[in-house]
Amino acid sequence: MVMTVTRDRPMSHDHDHDHDHSHVPPEPALRVQALESLLTRKGLVDPGALEAIIETYSNDVGPRNGARVVARSWVDPEYRQWLLDDATAAIAHLGYQGRQGEHMVAVENTDRVHNLVVCTLCSCYPWTVLGIPPTWYKSEAYRARAVREPRAVLREFGLDLDDSVDIRLWDSTAEIRYLVIPQRPAGTDDWNEEALADLVTRDAMVGAGRALTPDTAGGDA
Amino acid sequence: MRSDEQPPFEAPWQAQAFAMTVHLNECGVFTWSEWADALATERKRSADAGIADAPDQYYLDWLRALEGLLTRRGEAAAEDLTAFREAWVAAYETTPHGHPVHLEKGFEALGKPAPEGARR
Repeated sequence: MVMTVTRDRPMSHDHDHDHDHSHVPPEPALRVQALESLLTRKGLVDPGALEAIIETYSNDVGPRNGARVVARSWVDPEYRQWLLDDATAAIAHLGYQGRQGEHMVAVENTDRVHNLVVCTLCSCYPWTVLGIPPTWYKSEAYRARAVREPRAVLREFGLDLDDSVDIRLWDSTAEIRYLVIPQRPAGTDDWNEEALADLVTRDAMVGAGRALTPDTAGGDA
Repeated sequence: MRSDEQPPFEAPWQAQAFAMTVHLNECGVFTWSEWADALATERKRSADAGIADAPDQYYLDWLRALEGLLTRRGEAAAEDLTAFREAWVAAYETTPHGHPVHLEKGFEALGKPAPEGARR
């Protein structure tokens, strides 16, 4: 393994010779490096595969995938029904397939029901359609409070739900991940699928927000 | 509590630990359920110990879960991990600025070979 190390401070000759070595990375980085190099030598890890995974999750996989799924469900009733009946297959149909063999379940928001997704134990999340979870989703505070006081949590996300709206909480696991289908915003009847997808935010697909509206979307969507 | 578009990782080591986990799962070293259990256990341990839930803590728990799972599976012995970590430190400390850092040099500097069973 080759690590390229760049100079971490300007060249200077007035410090000790002892300091003229490479910068030692912080402790967790050293442990990751130790683990990776050990497993690479044992043939368990292929560094090239790691690069590819990081590349994929940094660039290709993210909430835009889920937004396309939701937008399709808004314009195509048959697709929507399929998504509700068998989300894993309906999502795979658009080219998004889980890497961990997880089962997807789509839940729809209506005037009377609002769905919110959490993982109370760790951070299970529908990566395939939403990418890597945001920090708040992984936080102890969200995991505990979403169960205890979902209405208050939603209010902090700017979502003030009427008391008549039922909140359904979905606890993700390693096997089952949930995707919330937010309500299609009013005033978008003549919008095409692509423009609609721009209204679907990550938070809306976790249930921590609504889809944007033609007013809040801004830009020229 | 929120920030809409943030980078998925705050440091390269976090991305590396994440990728290693996905890779090892795909290679069948552990199932995703086993992994989720290991991560949940570490998350709970930190919370129970009253450790502040800073963003960094999540990946520190992640790393500890990964090390623990692999150690229990006999894929990465704790003493091997320590030896490799020490060798990396020695490699950094004996490599001049701006030069590539090689693990082998670290083992040489320490005057000991890579642990048995962890050699090519």
